[in-house]
Amino acid sequence: MSDITRADVCAAAIADAFKDDGEIFASPMGMLPMLGVRLARLTSNPDLVISDGESLFLAGTPPLFAKADVVEGWIPFRKVFDVVAYGKRHVMMGATQVDRHGNQNISAIGDFAQPKRQLLGSRGAPGNTVNNRTSYWVPKHSPRVFVERVDIVSGVGPALARAAGPAAARFNDIHRIVSNLAVFDVKGDDDTVRLLSVHPGVTVDEVREATGFELSLVSGAGDDVPETRLPTPEELILIREVLDPRSLRHREVPVA
Amino acid sequence: MTKAPRDKRMTIDEVVAELKDGMTIGIGGWGPRRKPMALVRAILRSDLKDLTIVSWGGADVGLLLRAGKVRKLVYAFVSLDSVPLEPNFQRARQSAPGSGQSIPEVVELDEGMFQTGLRAAAQRLPFLPMRAGLGSDVLVNNPQIKTVTSPYDAPDGTAEELVAVPALHLDVALVHLNRADKHGNATYLGPDPYFDDLFCMAADRAYVSVEQVVDTAGLTVDTPVQRLLLSRMMVAGVVETPNGAHFTTCTPDYERDEKFQKAYAAAAGGSDDDWAAFEERFLSGDEAAYQAAIQAFTEEQA
Repeated sequence: MSDITRADVCAAAIADAFKDDGEIFASPMGMLPMLGVRLARLTSNPDLVISDGESLFLAGTPPLFAKADVVEGWIPFRKVFDVVAYGKRHVMMGATQVDRHGNQNISAIGDFAQPKRQLLGSRGAPGNTVNNRTSYWVPKHSPRVFVERVDIVSGVGPALARAAGPAAARFNDIHRIVSNLAVFDVKGDDDTVRLLSVHPGVTVDEVREATGFELSLVSGAGDDVPETRLPTPEELILIREVLDPRSLRHREVPVA
Repeated sequence: MTKAPRDKRMTIDEVVAELKDGMTIGIGGWGPRRKPMALVRAILRSDLKDLTIVSWGGADVGLLLRAGKVRKLVYAFVSLDSVPLEPNFQRARQSAPGSGQSIPEVVELDEGMFQTGLRAAAQRLPFLPMRAGLGSDVLVNNPQIKTVTSPYDAPDGTAEELVAVPALHLDVALVHLNRADKHGNATYLGPDPYFDDLFCMAADRAYVSVEQVVDTAGLTVDTPVQRLLLSRMMVAGVVETPNGAHFTTCTPDYERDEKFQKAYAAAAGGSDDDWAAFEERFLSGDEAAYQAAIQAFTEEQA
């Protein structure tokens, strides 16, 4: 299977981020997260509850951007907020910036009073990160994304949550950061971003160069960082023939 | 003679005549979905100024900013979905304070806090507690938002300090639904009610524009009663504005006009001349002129 693409590896890594979640609402933002969540539902975690990204819970697991034939529930925005507070949700959001402490920014770049670049606004990131499991997906890993300190804290990392008190820390759970180069958690020393695996063909030094802060490593292992696993033959068939036959994933993570 | 509830039908211009400079106006819908755009366009044509706009924002916010109508903006995001970043919102936020193009005051909230603020207003409470905002820069950039300590112990014996989300009280709410009767009972027929009932209940007065005014019996003739989102007791006025949510979605009556949205975004993100040309073509006349211009645009694009 030498034709396995980086996007395929990312899809499997994202699926792995959802495999131990049990019966919760998986909320992917963006194309690869949607693919990874659906892959998890067809393999490691069939109990995942998924939606059409609009207002329906889908009983089936349709290809990207297709409609399912069977609906199993209704999830308009008001109920999304209910589920956020209820906690049975794992959201994978994008991140224009993510910092050493796992804080995320989708609000604006520069000074809040007059940003250099206004982005979306904080959306649901502040609420997500103190209520339900949250992961991030970064399709283009670079020092401009992985920064020492985010300009504006939208998503709250574990250190800031703890500083804000027990009400903020109780349900703060930043689970994984998956980029086009590697997989991370936020369990390094002092709640910092820690390198868990590098995608096949990527070196630890390449990840370091593309990261604007000092990465934590799994203690005792030094630079001996494992490779992110390859998708299984079954997963490759599901990705290529069932979920994404149009290869939309390669628009987000191009074939090298 | 049987007495009947009031007939609240109004024109677009009669609604706008009810608005005053400096008012706090909540705009229903969500981003680029089911926005009361005909009413927003009427505000653009008016002399209204110094408005506080409260919106999960889309082009409603972008247009009002570009027209210089906004003194204060309360938002959690502003997006056109298929065009993620709203160019007129970006332009305003990135402009130097005092330049005349910036927004004098902004309140950026988490999108769930926004709902909680409306809920507090709808329940006539000063605030409601929630976790969202804790640890984030929402609290740093909005020092007026305070926290409150729970009078009850959490399971671990600590007293949790939560965000006291202040009520988002509105002078007026503007919403767009699919159908209403002349009294203000109204149904949404699309996938999501958004928060239009909450906007109406958070406001002193609410005006609903609809695709079609039907008689009361017609509201439920082929529609489940659960789709009756607004009761007339929440509604001060009803306006029939066919295609009035254009260019946002009004499912199932119509979807978003993606071609027009693209043209809007290109003009908003382009030169001053680009914007002037767009304004001249689409926004210089009344609602009928707008709809005629849209029709011509659609035919051109076909």
